[in-house]
Amino acid sequence: MAQGDPDLRRVIDEDRELDGVGEHELLGLYRSMVLLRTYDERSLVYHRQGRIGTYAIFWNHEAMQAGSVHALSDEDWIFPSYRESAIGLLRGMPPSTVLHWWRGHPAGWWNPADYNVASICVPIGTHVPHAAGLAWGKKLKGEPACAIAYFGDGATSEGAFHEGANFAAVMQAPLILFCNNNQWAISTPLSAQTHAETLADKAVGYGMPGVRVDGGDVLAVYEATREAVDRARAGEGPTFIESVTYRAAPHATADDPRAYIDLARVEEEKKNECLGRYERYLRRLGLLGDDLEAEIKAEAADAMRAGIAAVEAEPDADPELLFEHAYVFPPPNLRDGWHT
Amino acid sequence: MSERLLVEAVNDALHVELARDDSVMVMGEDVGRAGGVFRATAGLRDRFGESRCVDTPLSEAGILGAAVGLCMAGWKPVCEMQYDAFSYPCLDQLITHVGRYRWRTGGKMEFPITVRMPYGGGVRAPELHDDSPETYYVHTPGIKVAIPSTPADAKGLLAAAIRDPDPVVVFEPKLIYRTERGEVPDGEHVVPLGKARVARAGSDVTLVAYGAMVPLCERAAAELAGEASCEVLDIRSLRPLDEDALLASAAKTGRVVIVQEAPRTVGFAAEIAAILAEKAILDLRGPVIRVTGFDVPYPYWKIEDSYMPSVERVSAAVRRVVEF
Repeated sequence: MAQGDPDLRRVIDEDRELDGVGEHELLGLYRSMVLLRTYDERSLVYHRQGRIGTYAIFWNHEAMQAGSVHALSDEDWIFPSYRESAIGLLRGMPPSTVLHWWRGHPAGWWNPADYNVASICVPIGTHVPHAAGLAWGKKLKGEPACAIAYFGDGATSEGAFHEGANFAAVMQAPLILFCNNNQWAISTPLSAQTHAETLADKAVGYGMPGVRVDGGDVLAVYEATREAVDRARAGEGPTFIESVTYRAAPHATADDPRAYIDLARVEEEKKNECLGRYERYLRRLGLLGDDLEAEIKAEAADAMRAGIAAVEAEPDADPELLFEHAYVFPPPNLRDGWHT
Repeated sequence: MSERLLVEAVNDALHVELARDDSVMVMGEDVGRAGGVFRATAGLRDRFGESRCVDTPLSEAGILGAAVGLCMAGWKPVCEMQYDAFSYPCLDQLITHVGRYRWRTGGKMEFPITVRMPYGGGVRAPELHDDSPETYYVHTPGIKVAIPSTPADAKGLLAAAIRDPDPVVVFEPKLIYRTERGEVPDGEHVVPLGKARVARAGSDVTLVAYGAMVPLCERAAAELAGEASCEVLDIRSLRPLDEDALLASAAKTGRVVIVQEAPRTVGFAAEIAAILAEKAILDLRGPVIRVTGFDVPYPYWKIEDSYMPSVERVSAAVRRVVEF
């Protein structure tokens, strides 16, 4: 579906070039995709080595994440799901913070205002109303920032998605609803998730535009997000982007998709995975050669090596942290039953 | 001082707090144009504008979820849930995010959200307009809960909730919205969270209550005056709980009856009884007795008086513990 669907917006396969996107930005997108890919592939290894806990793989989702973040400004807020756990790296967050998060260490806490990246949302779709509230709140204050909420195809069946989308539309909040439709919610296929022809069709019911892009095409994602951001900043309200791809990896390290997925299809998708597609495009344009590719990948590998080293050098968390941070002014009986 | 009804004191608090702090905003269903179905938000939209008193879609999870994002944008949202039982869809946001988000940021970001809602029975209303859901809220880590029983406290506790940097849920006893009238300080008035109030002093039995059960206990205490001297302790705030006041009163009287209209099992009365068992056992001269609603859906109103704690049931409990 992903690559054969003629309705999806594409740039790379059509060898189009985007207005106002020069060599610097094209290579910046590439660096971001490589950083995310390296994070993801190394994390799978770290998991198998017992160095981090359960991990939600985002292999082949890098084009969606990098393409959309690059269309934002730094003052815009990102609301990730667990599938976008490392998206803060594109805002300068150190890999060690995200690795700590997956390691269950409180050093994985961050202040959202430091990066304009909200905490990773673990339950499905419940962060969509947060993004609507942030976007609406910025609008009420007359500030130009917009928000983007990332969620999967399964989230569109949740009540929180509906309430957040409707709220944003009614308030004409500057929000981008970014649906990463990888066609699987663990083992539940899209056909068991919705009877709608496309997820973008849902946007009609909210009175907002719904657009569909090839989620494996970083430039198509970038272009669609840029248009949505322009609409948001112009006061024209939210946009729903359905970014179509195919989940070519397990849902998470605890999942074995052989029980339910079409393995031949997975192999087919892997051949056209998003990073390789973009590399071939950059090479056709003459912007990427072997040396530069090796240099960019080495930088990312170094960042991950430094990240895991920092994580493993971190002392164990103090158990007293149990009682920190849940309240500014904690109730006096909070430590009742604490005997150490 | 002005004499006000309890619901008028709520309205007064909102006017004062919105005037005091530009970042405070009110949002909810019918709070703007209509001024709230109980008139608790009357006049706010005209005075502060439609962006600080916002009519939202019918969307309790959306309201509380949006409040999380509004905090990130620098607002202090005061969310109205139109009725107790209509608040249940917002529990998802409350449990998964509102009570956790500050913790999740390592204490770096504050979520000064206030949720206020009319609660409780005895008002001859249709199903699901009568619940006492405080246990669901107070059981959620990260959430504070206050319940006033007088007009002055309705103003002061709501002001404290709005000014508190943590999320606070204020349950307003709708049964006494327009029956409790009292002197309320004009202008700024704050009743700190976590301080109980001795509504009536006594020496034989302590009646512990909150919300609409406080005036009920005061009536029972007045009727019992010839046979037992009852102290009425209005605990005002379920978290933080004023354990010192609870234990001091238990030590003074040696007998405790706890009154709540919520269903019995794991209600807040059970928590108070457990605290007394752990920390006051040698002060007690008899069993701690609960007078509560029952573990059934809140009934249709032709039989609701049999569900609600009554002066008779409270008096019977007092006699039982005195005669023990």
